[in-house]
Amino acid sequence: MALIFNTVEFFNLYPASEFFTSLSWAPSFSGRGGSSELGLLPLLWGTLYISIVALIVAVPIGLFSAIYLSEYASSNVRSFAKPLLGILAGIPTIVYGLFALLTVGPLLVSVFGDGGWLGVSWQGGGRAVMTAGLVMGIMLIPFVSSLSDDIINAVPQSMRDGSYGLGATKSETIRQVVLPAALPGIAGAILLAASRAIGETMIVVLGAGAAARLSLNPFEAMTTVTAKIVSQLTGDSDFASPEALVAFALGMSLFVITLTLNVIALYIVRKYREQYD
Amino acid sequence: MTDATITPVPSPPKTPLTEADPRTKKRNAAEKRFQYYGIAAIAVGLFFLIVLMVSIVRSGLPAFTQAVVSVDFTLTEEQYDEAEAQLFKTAAYQSYFNAVLREELRERGLDVDFDEAAIERILGKTGGTLREFFRANEDQLGQPVSFELSASSRVDGYFKGRVTREALQDSRFLQQSDLDLVDALADAGIVFSALNWNFITGADSGVDNPGGAGIGASVVGSFFMMLVVLFLSLPIGVAASIYLEEFAPQNKFTDLIEVNISNLAAVPSIVFGILGLAVFIQFMHLPQSAPLVGGLVLALMTLPTIIISTRASLKAVPPSIREAALGVGASKMQAVFHHVLPLAMPGILTGTIIGLAQALGETAPLLLIGMVGFVARGYPDGFVAGFTDPNSAMPAQIYTWAARADVSFYEKAWGGIIILLVFLLTMNAIAIILRRRFERRW
Repeated sequence: MALIFNTVEFFNLYPASEFFTSLSWAPSFSGRGGSSELGLLPLLWGTLYISIVALIVAVPIGLFSAIYLSEYASSNVRSFAKPLLGILAGIPTIVYGLFALLTVGPLLVSVFGDGGWLGVSWQGGGRAVMTAGLVMGIMLIPFVSSLSDDIINAVPQSMRDGSYGLGATKSETIRQVVLPAALPGIAGAILLAASRAIGETMIVVLGAGAAARLSLNPFEAMTTVTAKIVSQLTGDSDFASPEALVAFALGMSLFVITLTLNVIALYIVRKYREQYD
Repeated sequence: MTDATITPVPSPPKTPLTEADPRTKKRNAAEKRFQYYGIAAIAVGLFFLIVLMVSIVRSGLPAFTQAVVSVDFTLTEEQYDEAEAQLFKTAAYQSYFNAVLREELRERGLDVDFDEAAIERILGKTGGTLREFFRANEDQLGQPVSFELSASSRVDGYFKGRVTREALQDSRFLQQSDLDLVDALADAGIVFSALNWNFITGADSGVDNPGGAGIGASVVGSFFMMLVVLFLSLPIGVAASIYLEEFAPQNKFTDLIEVNISNLAAVPSIVFGILGLAVFIQFMHLPQSAPLVGGLVLALMTLPTIIISTRASLKAVPPSIREAALGVGASKMQAVFHHVLPLAMPGILTGTIIGLAQALGETAPLLLIGMVGFVARGYPDGFVAGFTDPNSAMPAQIYTWAARADVSFYEKAWGGIIILLVFLLTMNAIAIILRRRFERRW
């Protein structure tokens, strides 16, 4: 309720059409500025780009480890590897943020940066889309893996047995029978992971930088909706100024986006579960 | 009529059954490859875990030690009176100290000379510390007192390898010649690394004093916040789940609530922060930066976790227990509170501890309600003040250190993470032990 209140107040001060369509983000720091440009799109693009990088890291690793753990691994390996991967999920995000800022960022600069191992100078500073995306991907691995694990386990054994009976090898069974059957559930899991990535704050605040730009280069610093909420609301800002109120509008947009993703994902997962119950 | 000649299809060359044909080989290879992908994926995941742990431990452990200078110092009463009579009192103490240090060096046969400025660069202003001590303990006058004075953060960095001779540029903070002196002092055993208690028990320091920064005050802040979370979310969460699980009728309305709870669990934490800012601070005018507000926000976040786990453990209690209780004449409420709830308790506690551990590591919402590190300047005065005085929390304190420009704060941030992880590990271990100990299979 309070969110809606503040959001409405913001749109009274700042035209909604510009908030949703403007291509630039340049708040004036004077606090009372009519000169502020508060466009959502560059922030949204940064958010999506970082989330996509994170998913590119997390989905293959998470999915393959889930397949291995549920189909191949002996119970010993399973009882050993699963909790260890689970530790990754229990680590607070501030730890990942620091890891991005102080370990992964400098490492990436030393590989892709000026005078790095690859001899290219793509990356200027430690804070970049790649840094935040990579670390966020690590954070999401156990999330994707445990969700997909549950879903793969829910595929009835009779389907596997049928496939084995026709002479398929184990990997052929997994690729052609189990995965297609589990696909809707896995899609739901990926959507849930995406909504986690979009709402993630500390990693991007520390790892992604503060410059809002629309760019395709993954080695550039970009910023996200969550990072801007933090930067607009911390410090001595006047709550009545559009620069502070924009954070509520951003929060509202974030809430709506993640809620939609969650509802769709939960719907898919639930529907899928009913199919085999 | 044509002579249809049937051209015989050449049958595949017979290979012995014990030998795999190329196609089988290919399929088996694909099988192996697929398996290796899986192993590789798990290996990568565990590799990341190890890298994370190693970098935390390697960068964080130095925060727990601190280079100190240990000097036996005797101040006679005449010296005390003389110093107190002067205009620059601390400067007088400082010159006493320098004299003692010089004497000590000569006794050990070290032929290094230093000027007062060098000592000030290495140790900071020692006079103030000495004066404070002797003014508080006048009875110690005339007796040898052993002082352990912490060295400046740059000297500390030199000890830990963060500051190197090659990289050091002479500045008013530290010069090459000072490092010679430090080396000599270290050889004599006057400067050495000691456990840095101040880091564990102290409060945050200013931007320009990384050496004095400690995490103790924000641990206290976190503790008060966890109290609020525990006393709000546990009763509310348990009550809500008992109602939903045992009493509520199955209808559209309860269904809607259920969907909402599972959605609430997936709302980004920063949205809770904005909500807290708008409702608790803007609307209800609760004090900013107070652990009370932080606790309220985190309680909102923890509620879904507690409700979900409580409902799961209530569900796990078999209906026969309820029926038996009802059968001997208990009311529904008695059945729930005397029989079902005690049996579900271990599961509820486990879920609560895990929820608290999550809340303890949460940062983003705290930043929005102003619980940033630099407000944690001291301990709260009392129990009530612990809730309402501005304070920080461990993760927010770590964030503040990480965001500071001075590189020496990074070490503190890693060290803070070790402390945070120790707390989390303890909580999770308690949860696992509880589960192992009391879990019942029906």
